[in-house]
This record gives sequence, C-alpha cells and structure tokens, in this order.
Amino acid sequence: MSARVLLMVLVAANVLSAIAVVFARHEHRQSFIALTRLERARDELNIEFGRLQLEQATWAESNRIDQVARTRLGMKFPETSDIVVVQP
Amino acid sequence: MIGRATGKAGKSGKPSRGRAQFNLRGRLGLVVGTLGLCSLALVGRAVDLQLIDNDFYRQQGDARFLREIPIPTSRGMITDRNGEPLAVSSPVESIWGNPQELLKNPGRLPELAKALGIPAEQLTRKLGQRSDKEFVYLKRRINPDEAKAILARDIPGVASQREFRRFYPQGEALAHVLGFTNIDDRGQEGVELAFDDWLRGKPGAKKVIRDRRGRIVENVDLVRAAEPGRDLTLSIDRRIQYLTYRELKRALLETGASSASAVVLDIATGEVLAMANLPSYNPNAVDGSHRDAHRNRAVTDVVEPGSTMKPVTIAAGLAAGVVTPDTLINTNPGWMPNGRYRTTDTHNHGVLTVTGVITKSSNVGAAKIANMLPDRQFYEFVHRFGYGSAPGSGFPGESAGVLPPPDSWYGTTKQTMAYGYGLSATPLQIAEVYAALANDGRMLAPTFVKGQRNEPRQVLDPAIAHEVMKMMQTVTEPGGTATTAAILGYHVAGKTGTARMASGGSYSRRYVSLFAGVVPVDNPRFSMAVVVSEPDPSRRGYYGGSVSGPVFHNVMQGALRLMDVPPDDIETWLAAQAKEEAKRKPPVAIAAAQAQAQAPSQVAVQGAVR
Repeated sequence: MSARVLLMVLVAANVLSAIAVVFARHEHRQSFIALTRLERARDELNIEFGRLQLEQATWAESNRIDQVARTRLGMKFPETSDIVVVQP
Repeated sequence: MIGRATGKAGKSGKPSRGRAQFNLRGRLGLVVGTLGLCSLALVGRAVDLQLIDNDFYRQQGDARFLREIPIPTSRGMITDRNGEPLAVSSPVESIWGNPQELLKNPGRLPELAKALGIPAEQLTRKLGQRSDKEFVYLKRRINPDEAKAILARDIPGVASQREFRRFYPQGEALAHVLGFTNIDDRGQEGVELAFDDWLRGKPGAKKVIRDRRGRIVENVDLVRAAEPGRDLTLSIDRRIQYLTYRELKRALLETGASSASAVVLDIATGEVLAMANLPSYNPNAVDGSHRDAHRNRAVTDVVEPGSTMKPVTIAAGLAAGVVTPDTLINTNPGWMPNGRYRTTDTHNHGVLTVTGVITKSSNVGAAKIANMLPDRQFYEFVHRFGYGSAPGSGFPGESAGVLPPPDSWYGTTKQTMAYGYGLSATPLQIAEVYAALANDGRMLAPTFVKGQRNEPRQVLDPAIAHEVMKMMQTVTEPGGTATTAAILGYHVAGKTGTARMASGGSYSRRYVSLFAGVVPVDNPRFSMAVVVSEPDPSRRGYYGGSVSGPVFHNVMQGALRLMDVPPDDIETWLAAQAKEEAKRKPPVAIAAAQAQAQAPSQVAVQGAVR
C-alpha cells in the first residue's frame, strides 16, 4: 500500500518537474529574446553616441577652430603689447 | 484479413470441407511474431537513435539550422586627459557571400558586381576559386547605408556582418602617439599596440537558428557574453598637442628641415602632455602613407644630445665637488686638443665661471670640467640620468639610446661626451633629464596614461639641481644663447644644442638643432625637448637657439596659458610694459605706469581697442 502511494507521489513529482522544465525553458527563451533586444538597443545607442562624439570631435578639431577663428571670425592672438599686466 | 476471416468462418461453419487442414494457430503466431519482431526492431532502432547513439543525427540536424555566431564588440575609446575623444570605433558593415549559393544564380552576378563596384569577371574569378567554401568577404568596411543598398537587392547568398573601424579625429597631429589598427581591429603601432589587450573587447558568441539564406530566425542561447573594450585616458592634452604639432610644422617649413620631434612632459608626474613628430601621416588612411613617416621619432630615433648634455656634465662636476658655480674656467684660446681633432668654441670666451660655461655654451669649459672627473664616476653619473637605458614609458619600439661603457672609451671619449657627442639619446630621454633637473633631482619614468605614477628615483642632490636650474636660467636671459626661448612673465631654464649628424664614421655638414628647457623655474611645470634635424643653414641658421628655441617659446607660452600657470616673473613683465608705455607717450610715461595700477580696466580697454 505504502509502495503504491510512493509511486503515485513520484509519478506526480515527475510530471510536475517535467512541466517545470518546460516552463523554465520557455521562460529562458523569452528572457533571452528580451535580453537580445535590449542589448541591441543598447548597442545602437552606444554606436549613435560614438558617432556623435566623432562628429563633435571633427567639428571641434583644433585646426578647424584655429582656421574659423582667424578667417571667419577675424580673431587673432593678442600680441605681447596688447596684454596689460595688473599687479594686485 | 478478409481471406483469413473467411477461412475462420469456413472452418467453424463447414468443418466438412475437404481441403487440407492447416495450422491456423501456428500461422497466426508466425504473422504476429514477425510483425512483433519488426516493430521491436523499429523500436530498438528508435531507442538507439534517440537515447544511445543520438549525437550523430542531432548534430546533423543542428548543423542545418543552429549556428553559433560571434557577437562583435567595439574597441575601447582613447581620450585625452580632458576626455576629448582621440580614437573612436564606429560601426561599418562588411558584405560577405556564400560562393556555393551565389554560383547557383550566375545570372545575378553582374548585378552584384555592379553594386559592389568591382568588375564582374573579377567577382566571378574570386567566387570560382572559392566554390567549395561557404564564406567569402565581398567588400569590407563600408558605410552602413551603402551596405543596406546592396542587401536591398536581395541577391541569394549575400549577407552583411557588422565590424568596427577606427577613426582618429585629430588626424596627423597625434598620429604617432596613437598609432593605428589593422583591418582586423588589432593595434599595429603606438598606444593602439601597447594597450591592445586593454582596448580590445572580447567578442561573445550566441546560438541562433538560421534559415537557408543565412538570416537569423531566432536567438536561442547566449554562449558567451561580449565584453566591450575598455576606454583609455591618455596623459596627452589635445590642445598642447595641437600647438606643438602646429609650431613644429611651422618650424619645418621656415627652416627647411627634413624632420622634427618635440616632447612636452609634466614635471611633477612624468606624464607626456604632448609628443609630435614630422613628417606625419593621416591615421585615417594609413595605406597611402610612407612607412618612414609612421615612426614615432621622439621615442625611437636617437640623436647626439650636443650641448643639451652640458647641464648634466656640470651637475656631475658639482656633485663630485670638483667645481662650484663660481669656479673660474679658462677657455682660452677657444679650443683645446681632442686626439687628432680639436674641441672648439664658437668664439674665444676667455675666462668663464661655471655658470658662464652654460650661458655661453662653451665646449672647452664643459670638456675641462669632465676631465676633472674619473671615467667611471662620470659614466655612472650620466648613466643614472637614464642615458643608455630605455625610459620605460611602455611605448612600443622605445629606444634606449647609446652610452658606451668606460672600458670601450679611448683617449678623449669623456671629453667629447662632456658636450654631448659620442653618446646618443631620444628626444623623450632628453626631456626626461631636464624634468629630473627641475624636479629636485628626482627622475620619473614618463607615462602616456593619465594618473599613472612611476616610482621616482633620486639621481641628484636637490641643492645641486637648483644650482643647475639657476645656471640654465641665464641661457634665456639677455646674453645667453637662447633668448628666443624666453617667455615674458616667466623664468625659463633651458639649454640649446647643435650637433653635427654622424655619417659613415665622421661628422657631416648636416646639423641637428636642439633645445631643451623647463618652465617656470620657481615652480616647474613643463619640460620640453625640441629636436629639428637638418635645417637649411641658409634660412635661419642651424643653431638650437635660432631653430628650436622659437618652437619652445611658442608652445610653452600657449601651454602656460592653457594650464593656467601663474607667472613667476611679473617684475620683468611690468618693466617691459612700462618701457613700452614710455615709448608710446614719452611725456607722461611715469604717470601712465603709476595710473595703470589704479585704473587697469581702462588701460586694458585701450589695449584691446588698439
């Protein structure tokens, strides 16, 4: 009698664990898909960020700033005689 | 079945039928047994395939749709000390194809070739050679938009893969320090090579289900997460770097020199703030450039230090106690014998103090001081300053320079070394020596990484280092050899140098002009070495003071302003200003100089308007 009860319990446990495995597997798959999607979004954002940084660096290139300041904005570096020293 | 059923019926219904009796039970048993055996065999095979020997078909099945594919990852960014990007990886697409698949549709090859921008026969040949393969790059590293246009044609067997390309927004100015990467994103030169392991990410891997055309249907599992490369913050200051490069380029154009290098070090930390070389190359398009231009001359190429060696010689004399700054040295008649040759000065400077030897850059004076020291002692002193040993910056291809040991000296080697011939060093080593003189005699190995501190090494008594600094200060003051390097408002300590280039065992008429210096003297911040090779003597001469001195002046003036270094010599500045004012309006000169203190803003406005 007790053997039959034990068998029943084992069979039930077996079925339950089988369902659990299927469920976990499904969950894993779903999570992985979500992870992949988020990672892709992250990568895209990182890449966009890198691209923008590159663009910024290109615009802010020292040589370009030098040229623009001198030619377009008519700026010049102050001569020694243009600088006034003030003693505190 | 029907026959058997009839037989059964016949047997039970009409037993008297005169046919030969057959063993029904036996036949039934046989049939059932055979069928049973068959199904047992099937079950057995199924068990065998499913449970025992299941690998083969599983592999075969998986191989048809389940693939492990790499997850590309980007290389870390390199930034300057203020976080400005110097090297950035940006995604590009590489188009690849499956030759087997492509060759099945030969009709579409011309279309593909046109889209790729290559001749059709070249594509056919390429695919023909690889007809047994499943992968071939068709075009690497193209703009993502361009790749999309090719994929949009929907040619079977063509797919794209993401890769990363390196971009260097600073271009030529920083090419030598950064180096570059190859097509597989591995560092080839410079910092890219030295820190390759740090910058490079680890590509991950994931399992995916792919369809026949290689498109991903489903992501199944992550085998290994991708580790993106780490960012690297260099000690370089982008602005000082650009300034150095620009001034060096200008000097090269004005003096007609063949090459030039300059190094700027932060004295307290040993950080390299700027390092520029000419000729340079565009790191964004390495292929077209000359191999010779790739070398970071400031680290790899040695020059004879010439007179920039003299402060070390004098320091050796002071440290050994054979001279004091005021000891008189007789340099008459402006030359002395040196084996078969002579050690000569530009003029006969007569009797000089030890300070005067530096101010006037007297070879004879330096030689006489070195001759007061034993060979071994002089060698060891010079060796302690890093001559003849690699600086340890970790830069690939770093040169140690040449310092011959005393046993290989002959006759007058020491005398020659005293003014910087017969030994050689890189511009980085020279800047390092001057940094040590300014840093109370503490030698620091240079570094390219912001915040990294190498262990300092005391190579000289601080008091002697201060004395040498004071002597070097006279070089940029009126009467010295490098007044071009003086910066208004700051005390500059430095030394010019001019070396003749050695070629084929003797010295040629080609020169190397050097200047090494530190600023400001009171609280030293920067050490800079400028080396200009082969200036055209007919333009600005070939002396360090006239060729390299102005580069030092221009770069340091900018660097002091950029790094907000307060002036340590405001008196000279005020005096110069008063003189200027006096020149402009002679009658009220003194009044103006006094008024200026009370009403600075007014004067400033005037200055700005003018």
